[in-house]
This record gives sequence, structure tokens and C-alpha cells, in this order.
Amino acid sequence: MTTTLPAWFTTRQELAKARYESIPDPKRNDVLWRFSNIKQLDFSNLSGEAKSPDHTELIARSTGLVKPAAKFVFLNDEVIHSQSSLPENVICLSLADALVSYPDLVEAHFMKQETHLGSAKYSALHEASVKNGLFVHVPDNTEIVGSIEVHHWISDKGTVFPHSLIVTGKSAKVRVIDIFRSADEISPGLVIAYNDISAGPNSAIDYIAIQALNEVSRLIAIKETTTARDARSKTFILNTGSAWARNESMSRLEGPGAHSDMLSVSIPHLEQEYDQRTFQHHVSEGAYSNLLYKNTLYGRSKTVFSGLISVDENAHHTDAYQTCRNLLMTDDCEANSMPGLEINADQVKCSHGSTSAQISDDEIFYLQARGIDPVQARQLIARGYSIDAVKRLENEDAENLVLSFIDSKFSRIL
Amino acid sequence: MFTEDTATALLDEETHDAINIDRTKGDFTFPERNKFDAGWGLSSATVDYICDVKQDPDWVREFRHKALAVFESKPTPTNWATKDLENIDYDKIRFYLSDGEKPKRSWADVPADVLETFERLGIPQQERAFLAGVEAQFDSEAAYSNVKEELSKQGVIFVTSAHGLKEHEEIFRPWFGKVIPTGDNKYSALNSAVFSGGSFIYIPKGVKLKQPLQAYFRINSESFGQFERTLIIADEGSEVMYMEGCTAPKFETATLHSAVVELVALKGAKIQYVTVQNWSSNVFNLVTKRGLAMEDAEVRWIDCNIGSRLTMKYPGVIMKGERARGEVISIALANTGQHQDTGAKMIHAANNTTSNVVSKSISVGQGRATYRGQVHIPKHLKGCKNNTECDALLINSHSRTDTYPAITVKGNRHATQHEASVSQVSEEMLFYMRQRGLNEGQAMSLAVNGFINDLVREFPMEYSVELKRLIDLEMEGSVG
Repeated sequence: MTTTLPAWFTTRQELAKARYESIPDPKRNDVLWRFSNIKQLDFSNLSGEAKSPDHTELIARSTGLVKPAAKFVFLNDEVIHSQSSLPENVICLSLADALVSYPDLVEAHFMKQETHLGSAKYSALHEASVKNGLFVHVPDNTEIVGSIEVHHWISDKGTVFPHSLIVTGKSAKVRVIDIFRSADEISPGLVIAYNDISAGPNSAIDYIAIQALNEVSRLIAIKETTTARDARSKTFILNTGSAWARNESMSRLEGPGAHSDMLSVSIPHLEQEYDQRTFQHHVSEGAYSNLLYKNTLYGRSKTVFSGLISVDENAHHTDAYQTCRNLLMTDDCEANSMPGLEINADQVKCSHGSTSAQISDDEIFYLQARGIDPVQARQLIARGYSIDAVKRLENEDAENLVLSFIDSKFSRIL
Repeated sequence: MFTEDTATALLDEETHDAINIDRTKGDFTFPERNKFDAGWGLSSATVDYICDVKQDPDWVREFRHKALAVFESKPTPTNWATKDLENIDYDKIRFYLSDGEKPKRSWADVPADVLETFERLGIPQQERAFLAGVEAQFDSEAAYSNVKEELSKQGVIFVTSAHGLKEHEEIFRPWFGKVIPTGDNKYSALNSAVFSGGSFIYIPKGVKLKQPLQAYFRINSESFGQFERTLIIADEGSEVMYMEGCTAPKFETATLHSAVVELVALKGAKIQYVTVQNWSSNVFNLVTKRGLAMEDAEVRWIDCNIGSRLTMKYPGVIMKGERARGEVISIALANTGQHQDTGAKMIHAANNTTSNVVSKSISVGQGRATYRGQVHIPKHLKGCKNNTECDALLINSHSRTDTYPAITVKGNRHATQHEASVSQVSEEMLFYMRQRGLNEGQAMSLAVNGFINDLVREFPMEYSVELKRLIDLEMEGSVG
């Protein structure tokens, strides 16, 4: 297989391997890992070959949208099913194939930015180990109706490195939905995912990641979004599964009029831990970014939110907003928020807000008075609270898909 | 151009005369006349020297040596803080200087040159006008100390910390180093090793001081670090306001200021600690301040940072008793060459405790203002509330501001909210004011004073007037 891979790629994998080995493990007192559970980075229980379960059954379970524009099913980074009704000028195929068929196009966009939110080591590991994923290239003035739906299955004690590389040309438009799941409920797996999202001038990219792994698996997902002049990027992360998940999301605004929305809903319960770090990087003047993260915590779960808005020296007339809200449902949950700002320009409008609170007795009483029992009432309020962020997807099919995963999580908590 | 005359014309003559402190007059030094000098650099010999000169009891000597070991073992916290800290050369700092004279009781006993410094700072006027007692610090020892007789009668103790640890050991020792342990951070350890000067205040049960207590601090010897140590204990139901203001003459090499301030508010007591920090812009100001609030007690830090090269100061309150309350009101102004790294730390350790942080910063020229905050609400508590607001104002296009809060909430019976905003003075606002005959500098000054106006009101009257004037001076030449 290596013989068919382009030389630039093999070189980068070798360099990344050396980088992975030279970067020290994160330590407890690293600022970028503040409040994190560093113990989760011990992956020694994962040695073992990934077994391949029944493909037909997994393909049958890979249901999402009623009519996706294209659909891919991966099992441990191998394509086991694909279908597409995309226009011919759109390139949409597995990364392994794209490396062979479109090496130059992939090279132009593949992992261009430095990871600086703490996971540089795991980003290097991903780069050294990545074998597959999805490559989407939408040429100028092409709008894709519907969504590209990608299912990533992981089985046994496997470690996978799925990569999503999404590129749009001028005035193009696309929506990609990644769904991460485990083939069974008992095998601990590890996902080290990387999303490269590059929105060309005046284009629009929606990217949705649904993480519903089994509750003994772990995930590190690094997302790099760059948004060009007058382009619009919208990323959404749903966390319902895994024992521990770390999301690092970076958004670079590279041209005036660029618009970036960063959304997330997390609903941890029991001992689940979600550790989310974000970076809104205003490189260009006159750009807009808006972040909304909503967490609902049950059991002894724990969330960490660390967000930073960084406005470069000449990025005047920036509008940047950041909001993290925590709804605390039990006595033992723990929410950590570190909303940050670094401003080096003027004529800037920036704000961040972070709140943590519980549902008030008045709200429960109101619903009880209308015949809804307290348990249901709390669930109803929590659902409504999450929907607030889901609605910002502004696409009914995608919203319903995300909501079906949210409802399935709530039904397990009840 | 915006001149001093126009700035002061806004105040009525009398008020102006009463509070006039011309900060530019801080740019001078008198010939040094130090009887005791610990020499350059820091070693266990330096610590012994300080102990010998100050005739410290054995427990203090032991405390200092332990602290020195902690200081040496702790790394410089550049993993999160500015790299500028690496520019402190501890071998080029003199850690103890004193003229070896006992604190004075009346103005007539104070050496003439020292007195002149104070005259220029305006202390005598303030003494007459407002003060209950003065603890003015010239280099490391208090050169003047006076508590009004009526306070003494009430049992209030207001002395230097050196005096406090010898004469009032039974009150001093149980709390000394308890709110801020030696190992809290590298700079609290440094202070614990070499501290000299600072105040010890004890307010007996139920005594409510109507007038604030005040101390002025000055650094006067070149390359000399000042390490004062202040401990204030407010016994049950008492109330006190303490004011600390700083100026320092300008020097050519950087000086280090690393204070430790511990406040203890026992049941139902109330302590307000007011600081106006206006060190010259070559001073590293690395201060640890923390208060302990027991049941129904309240600790308020009112903090204003205008001077220094680098200030790192995060006043904290540990709310240890039920219904305790903590508050930090903070104003920071960072001009070119300055980094104001300030913030607040709120540790909730009992039910129904509430805390409030309001921070406003202004960055001028290439100045950098940073807010760092921590709010911690542990498990199994209920009814804890925190409100944090931080607002930043950027004046010029190279000004910089950062905000790094950290909020931990465990359990579901609490409420926290944090909000921050960054803005600039709008063109419309300036235009509106210029239409009404103000020049650009005055308009900018007015806008900045408006931005912090609601916080300035929290300061005692004479401070708030002085503060407004300091801001006018800082804003001079920032535009146009």
C-alpha cells in the first residue's frame, strides 16, 4: 500500500512520528490541561487487534437521514459501504483513495495548522497513523443539496484515526455529518480524530460531529476550521457517549466578512468526562465569530470548558462572542469553565459569558401544576435547554438527527 | 494639549489643596543613609542577617529559613504567567535596608529628609483631615507610627508587624501565615523568608472604626525590594477599613516589591482593604493578598493598579463560615511598558456564601491588562453564589487585554455567572463631547472616567478624587 501513497504524505507521516515521540506527555500542571483528568491519556489497555464484526449488520444499523446526498460507512477506518448521488464535479471519496487520485489537492489542504490547545502530541500521532477518512472537495459555485453522512464504527480494543478533510471553492456549499459509534457496548476503543475544514471565499460549510461511542471508549477530536472572506462555517459537536472525550476546536477567520459559528451540546452522566477547548482566532479584520456550548450534567459527571477568543494586532472591527452554559442536574456533578479573551486590536466588540445553575423549583412547579411529574418536567426542561443550540443548525433534517441522539441519551438517563 | 491646569480646574480649590499629591514629585531620591544593609542577593546568610538585625524570636527565624527553602525549590511560574518574571535578577536586589531607628511617634522626631518626602506626598494634610492613624513606611521599617489615643483606648492595635510579632505574639502568631501559607506560591515564600515592615492591626470585639486606617509605602533605595507583611484581624462584630497607597521614585534598574497581606474577619466582622498602587514603571509588584471570612463576615478588596512594570495580584477571599461574603472591586490601568496582571480568587467553603467580582481595566498605548480569576465551589455545599464581571477598555490600536477566568462548580445548588466584555471609546462619543467644546484629550479622559465611575465611587472620597486625577494624568497624550 505504501508504494502507491504520494511521497509528500509518507514523508509527513515519518516526520509526525518523530514529532510524536519527541513531544512529552501532557502533565497535570500544564495550563492547557488544567482540570483535565490526565489519567485518561494512558492508552495501555488498548493493545489488541481489532476484530471485524458482521458488516451487513453494521451497515443496516448505519441509519441517519432519510435521504443523504452521499453516505459512507467505515469500520475501523476501512470503507465497508458507500453510496452517492452528488454532482459529478464534486469530489467525495475516502481519504485513502483521494491520496492516490488527487494527491496535490489533498496536500494543499491536509493539516495545515498547528495544534496549540494541548494535543500537539496526539495531533502528531494522528498524522503519523492516519490511514483513512473522508475527503470532500466542492468546486466553485456548486451547492450540495442535502447532507453527506459518514458513519464511523469502532470495534474491540481498536484505535482509529478518522480524518475528515472538507474543502469548498468560491460560493460553494456543503454539509457533512460524522457519526462515531462503537460496534458493541463493552469493548474499550480509542478514537483520535482530526477534522480539516476549509471554507473558500463566500462559501458555506456545515460540519456536525455526533459522538455516541460506548461508555468505556475514549476520544480525542481535533478540529481546524479556516473561514475565508465572506464565507460561513458552522460546526456542531454532540457528546453523548464515551467515558472521556477531549474536543479541541480551532477556528481561524482569515478574511473580512468571515463568519464562524461554533456550537456544542454535551450531556454527560454517571462518570463521563467531557473536556472541551476552543480557540476563536481572528486573523483578519471585520470578521464575526460566535460560540455557544451547552452542557447538561448528570450523575458524577464532569465537564471542562476552556475557550479563548484571540484577536490579532490588526484584526480591527472584530465581533467575537463566546457563551458556555452549564445545567447542573445532580449534587455530584462538576462543571469547570475558563472563558478567556486575548485582544490586541481596537474597534473590537467581544464578550464572553459563562453560567452554571440548576433548574429552579418554580419551573418544576409550573410544569407539575400542568400534570407533568417532576422527573419528566426536569427532562423536558433539559431537552429544551439543549435544543436552543441545536436550532442554530437551521436545517430541519440535521436538527432531527441530532435530536434523536439527544433523546436516546435522555432515555438512558431516566 | 490636555494640561494639568485644565484637569485640576474641575475640582474646587479647597478639595484640590487638601488632596493634592503631585506624583511627578516622586521622581527624586535622597542620599541613602542606611545603618543596616543586608547586601546584594539572597542566601541563608541574608536571612540570618535580617533575623539578627530585627532581633527576631527563634520561631520567626525558623519560619524564615523554611520559607527560603520553599522559595528556592519552587519554579518561576512562567508556564502560565508572563516570561517577564525571568528578568528578575535576585542577585541584584538588596533584601534588607533600614536606618535602624525605632518607629517614631511624632512628626518632630522624623528625620528631615524623610519628612520632606512625606510632605511632598501630602501625608500631613491627610493626617489632619482624615486619618485615624498613620503607619508610613520609608524603606523597610516604619519611620512614623501613630495611633490616635481614642483608638488605643478602644483596644485597637495598629503597629508594625515586627512590633506585633514580639509584643502581641498571643494574637499575632495563631493567624500569621495561616491564611497564606508559606508554600502558597514562590513569591509568598520569598516574602516569608525576608519580610520586614508592614502592619499588624487588631480590632477588638464589636469595635467599629468610623475612620479608615492608612499606611503609605515608599521604596527609596535603588534596586531595593520591599517585602512588607500585613496581618489584620477583625474580632467578632468589628469593622475596619484599611487603606494602602503607594508611590515610588523612579530608578534605572528594576526593583521588586513582594508583599503578603492576610486578613482575618471573625464572626460577623467586616474588613475593607483599599489599595492604590502607583509604583514607578520599573517595579515588579508580585503580591499575595487573601482574606478569611468566618460566619456572617465580609471581606472586601478594593484595588486600583496604575503603576509598576508588572503587577501580579489576585486578591482572594476564603469564605469559611456560613453566609460569609467576599468581594473584589478592581481597577487597572496599563500604559505603554506596563503589564497589569490582576484578578480575583473566590473560594467558597461553606453554605450560602456569596462572592462578587467586578473588574475594569483600561489599556493605553502598548499597555497590557490581564484578568485572571478563580471561583471554586466544592461539593456538598448549597446556596453558594458568585457573580463576576470584567470589562476592558482599549484606547489605542496597540493596546492589549486578556481575560482568563476559571470557574469550578460542583453540585446543583449553586449559581455562578461570569461576563466579560471588551470595547473601545466610540468615535460618536468623542465627537459628541468635542461638539461641546472639550478637546480630544479631555473627551477621552471623561470617557475613561465614565467607564470606571461606578467603581471609583466604592473608594473612600479622597481616594476617588485622587484616582480621577491620576487617570487624567495617565490619559495625557494618549490620543492625538
